[in-house]
Amino acid sequence: MPMTMAEKILARAAGIDETAAGEIVMANIDVAMTHDLTGPLSIDSFRKIGVQRVWDPEKIVVIFDHQVPADSLEAAQNHIIIRKFVQEQGIKNFYDVQEGVCHQVLPEKGHVVPGEVVVGTDSHTCTHGALGAFATGIGSTDMAMVFSTGKLWFKVPETIKFEIEGKLRPQIYSKDVVLNIIGQIGADGATYKACEFGGETTHKMSISERMALCNMAIEMGGKTGLVEPDDKTLKYVNERSNKIYKVFKTDENAESLKTMDIDVNDLDPQIACPHKVDNVKSVSEVEGTSIDQVFLGSCTNGRLEDLRVAAKIMKGKKIADKVRLLVIPASREVYGKALEEGLMKIFVDAGALVCNPCCGPCLGGHIGLLGPGEVSLSTSNRNFQGRQGSPEAEIYLSSAAVAAASAIRGEISDPRL
Amino acid sequence: MNKILKGRIWTFGDDIDTDIIIPGRYLVLREEKQLSEHLMEGTDPNFHLKVKKGDILVAGKNFGCGSSREHAPIAIKGAGISAVVAESFARIFYRNSINVGLPLLESKNISKQVKEGDVIEVDMDKGIIKDLSNGKDFGIKRLPEFMIGILEEGGLIPYLKEHMSEIKG
Repeated sequence: MPMTMAEKILARAAGIDETAAGEIVMANIDVAMTHDLTGPLSIDSFRKIGVQRVWDPEKIVVIFDHQVPADSLEAAQNHIIIRKFVQEQGIKNFYDVQEGVCHQVLPEKGHVVPGEVVVGTDSHTCTHGALGAFATGIGSTDMAMVFSTGKLWFKVPETIKFEIEGKLRPQIYSKDVVLNIIGQIGADGATYKACEFGGETTHKMSISERMALCNMAIEMGGKTGLVEPDDKTLKYVNERSNKIYKVFKTDENAESLKTMDIDVNDLDPQIACPHKVDNVKSVSEVEGTSIDQVFLGSCTNGRLEDLRVAAKIMKGKKIADKVRLLVIPASREVYGKALEEGLMKIFVDAGALVCNPCCGPCLGGHIGLLGPGEVSLSTSNRNFQGRQGSPEAEIYLSSAAVAAASAIRGEISDPRL
Repeated sequence: MNKILKGRIWTFGDDIDTDIIIPGRYLVLREEKQLSEHLMEGTDPNFHLKVKKGDILVAGKNFGCGSSREHAPIAIKGAGISAVVAESFARIFYRNSINVGLPLLESKNISKQVKEGDVIEVDMDKGIIKDLSNGKDFGIKRLPEFMIGILEEGGLIPYLKEHMSEIKG
């Protein structure tokens, strides 16, 4: 029976030959990831279930990234609880406060390979579909079920495949593409669906750019994001992992597959405007909007390529007096490379605050909170009301290029001008 | 699980996201009562003072969109809310709610036909919601059987304790 990539991966994980969208399967989990904010609840639930040992400590990855370093007594206490747990359970894949954002560290350290099922107690776990894994966000009690049994039930999703064609113009990036798609289909346009990104344009993109696409799948309600593995995928994965894996591809005539053509030839920079991710406008409609803070970072666009794009625009320039620019490389590895390439000097000289790899302002729970009436431009993934602090603040989302150009001018700006 | 629920309703619009339900700065908290003190703080800092045990939330589409934070349904349950009715639910929130034993009821077109303060009666077995204040009836989409099973046990944890050997196989 012709199947989609999502159906094939779930069938394999459930130990069956085939499955179809709508069926419920019990899948064996290959990688289970939790972080410092959702970890404690997962541990609480695990304890309540009463199983003494996790099913397989080698398949669990624990990463501190949301409150790093600890900025409150509660955060410090949560870190202590999790450190005790990983030691007690023999979980070796433990990345403490210094490594960076979970969705950057997980693939960097070789934990993600094609064909596997990856779950994480974070909604942006869908990022890892960029490497051809079925990766999805779950809650803490679901994670406790995984910790106890190594399994989780899934309703097999239908697939919507975005065939992205056309040539991206200079200063137009995958963030613009995915914001444009979300603007078209809406925040619930892909609910319960696997969002597969295909077409020639997707395969011309780097792994970093594909990660931004898949990262945002949840913002259209998607169960996961996926990109069919190609040479670039295998190169990335083989450099980092020794795992044996299988590549699955979507059959064109799979019944649960719907396609949507996306032409990016004339795509302009896209901005998600307050307070919804699907409130997407072309930069020309909002340029000139005054901003107080710019956040360059996050699991969406905090990678080396994003920093390079921003640094190229900012080289030799200073940010506007009233703007606070937070530059937060997504991982220690990215930070180190950015330092080597001289990017950090550009940011520091421009007047930015360069912070340790962490989620930072993204969710308004750590640093860089916004006060009432303030406006932020962010390369992250969500601009819900109150997300970065005060409910009376406003958040716009953009690519790294728009963020850099806007930080210099003190207002939302088209990086091409 | 109480199959008939009756309560005063609080109404919300479309796309009520998890940052509204429980803002990020409270995710360091884990306890149900503590979390409930910040319920809906993203839109109304006094909501937790107004809501009473047995009240029911009625919302538009895509309720609970955004984060996987289980703190969201925990905060709702901690406030004593007995169920959430919405035109549709975001998928991670949907699973999390069933897992913590918070009943979710999907009912098309309900949100614009009821008023905040109405009293509704929910019959989960019959799949009907009656608005006792305006006399209207609404259908509820039936949950998948095994999710009903999880809710009936009070959530995923009691369900797992009961069925662990079957699952582990």
